[in-house]
Amino acid sequence: MNKKPKIAIFKFTGCAGCQLELLHLEDIFLNLLELFDIDYWMMVKRENSEENWDISLVEGGISTPEEIEEIKQIRKKTKFLVAFGDCAIGGCIPSIRNWIPQMEAESLVYEDTSTIHSTKMLGIGEYVKVDAILKGCPPNRDNIVELLKAALLKIKPRLRKHPVCVECKLRDNLCLLTSKKMPCMGPVTSAGCNALCPSIGRICEGCFGPMSDPNASALADIFRDLGLNEKDIKRKFRKYAGMSSDFRKEAGD
Amino acid sequence: MGKKTVKLKYTPKSEINIDVNYLARVEGRGALNVNISKDGKIEKLQFRIYEPPRFFESFLIGRKYDEVMELTSRICGICPVAHQLTALRAIENAMSVEPSKQTQDLRKLMAISAHIQSNVLSMYFLSLPDLMGFESIIAMAKDHLDIVKRGLKLKKLGNDITDLIGGRAVHPVTAIVGGFTSIPTKNQIDKIRKRLLNAKKDAFETVNLFSNVKIPDFIRKCEHIAISDPNYYAINKGRLKSTDGLNIDEMEYRDYISEKQVSYSTALHSQVKNRNSFMVGPLPRVNLNFDQLSSDAKNAAEDSGIKFPNYNPFTSHLARAIELVHDIDESIEIIDRLPLKEESREIICRSGFGAAITEAPRGSLYHSYDLDSNGIVKGADLVPPTAHNAYNIEKDINEFVITILDKPIDEITLQCEMLIRAYDPCISCSAH
Repeated sequence: MNKKPKIAIFKFTGCAGCQLELLHLEDIFLNLLELFDIDYWMMVKRENSEENWDISLVEGGISTPEEIEEIKQIRKKTKFLVAFGDCAIGGCIPSIRNWIPQMEAESLVYEDTSTIHSTKMLGIGEYVKVDAILKGCPPNRDNIVELLKAALLKIKPRLRKHPVCVECKLRDNLCLLTSKKMPCMGPVTSAGCNALCPSIGRICEGCFGPMSDPNASALADIFRDLGLNEKDIKRKFRKYAGMSSDFRKEAGD
Repeated sequence: MGKKTVKLKYTPKSEINIDVNYLARVEGRGALNVNISKDGKIEKLQFRIYEPPRFFESFLIGRKYDEVMELTSRICGICPVAHQLTALRAIENAMSVEPSKQTQDLRKLMAISAHIQSNVLSMYFLSLPDLMGFESIIAMAKDHLDIVKRGLKLKKLGNDITDLIGGRAVHPVTAIVGGFTSIPTKNQIDKIRKRLLNAKKDAFETVNLFSNVKIPDFIRKCEHIAISDPNYYAINKGRLKSTDGLNIDEMEYRDYISEKQVSYSTALHSQVKNRNSFMVGPLPRVNLNFDQLSSDAKNAAEDSGIKFPNYNPFTSHLARAIELVHDIDESIEIIDRLPLKEESREIICRSGFGAAITEAPRGSLYHSYDLDSNGIVKGADLVPPTAHNAYNIEKDINEFVITILDKPIDEITLQCEMLIRAYDPCISCSAH
């Protein structure tokens, strides 16, 4: 058998929920240890190697000058770099603050803002080349396993590009948008959650980010017809992926 | 990057510098820097939280009441349930919504499941490797596969319960203002009940394990704070009480607890006004609410040979294990009284101020919101457990490090790290 791939897990600005999902693979956690050498994982290990890595899973967005430097260093030492979750892809929920003047956001929290060095909250792809993205806030465990398997086999992972609607149909869910007139983000949101929320009585809020080539303005029009005002619509698109080019117009200026 | 985890400089009778520039086995990014002069005087001591802040309190302004639980969940991947449930209750307090008994029970079951997950993570994955002489649970798996498997199994139980009630373990989706979008079926909950019964043995073994691992003999009497209620072991609701006589309603929190900024930390430091730093977490909970623990949990505590109230912060691990026994008992108790009936809810937006304090796995968590008449957030104030503890951790290390200066520098460093890990800091939370 070939040498085990060396894997590293990093956290930038975020909540650690993505790497926790990796740790939540309890049933196969011990198998993973047989298949990969986990060389760097600060949340789990005290001895971490800073040699080169085959795969780096990067959780969190970039929001300080230090982080810009760090992600560039990691890129240099990594063969296959994964943006692990929505924060790393496009800033996710913390990116909502990008619409507030930075000084205003800072002075609401800190009396002395001179020690705070935050920039806009952006995905890692703004600064380095990314080889794969794993969508979701958090990514679904099955998709994490799919990505790891594909990495082992050196093939392309089967990750979804279609909308949540397809998964709703596969589960025979009643359409919340057309039947119940609820403002569901499913038609523009990437699948991968197995239509989690619409299957348990809740509209999709969009936590897997935009699907491939979504028609956001058409959905915004439908929301207007349902009675949502412009502020409501902005709030919906300015949430998990407001910075993405797909949602940027509906997320507002 | 490029910097080593631990930098050590030591020659006998020279000054001692502890520089842990990226603390391992904690959530988030923090550091510990201590300089001690030749004559044993502490020149500098900083528990330096450099996690970039995300400014939740700023961007929550302008968001709608029904999104607050969803947004604040993202403060933390380890304790999203605590943030959701605290946000929901604060919003409900602001809008005078009273959730049903079933909703309150399901929420408590959900909160407890998150405690099981998080406390097992802390005990087995983040701290046990120190206590057993390994660098990580991964390294431990070779020699102690049975213990590692037990940890994985217990953690999975907690996760599976959150999955069942909340839809998923990290950032659950079903708990909303006034109730739940869907509730589990009888069949599903019965299966969980069986697993809980079977897990009791593992919980007792966990207490046994943490009663027998050697911890540093270090006592520092400081104020311990937790919510408390005479009728049950308080997790989601109670008065905020302390070992020094604090006894307040959650609405009065800001009259008694203040925060100040320190230049080297993105987490603010908390203290009781005109008093001192304080500790929150499993140890303060067990100290303050011992009487409300289940009888098996009390017995397990007594069998451990450790007396409560206890002021050794390293006893926090044992407190988590004792809570694990209680958590399983209370989960079964709740399941047995759940009617599991579909309920309707009606929400009317109204303006107002609402606050809530719950016990997150790591300790007391405060949220408050000002809402306008359309349910739009006008102001938010959030204080996570690690923001409560940060100042107290420094004070602990300040006294602790002096007692271990005869040890080699790498041992001093490790023991200081272990003290921080006993608090199970959730650093992303603290710098929300």
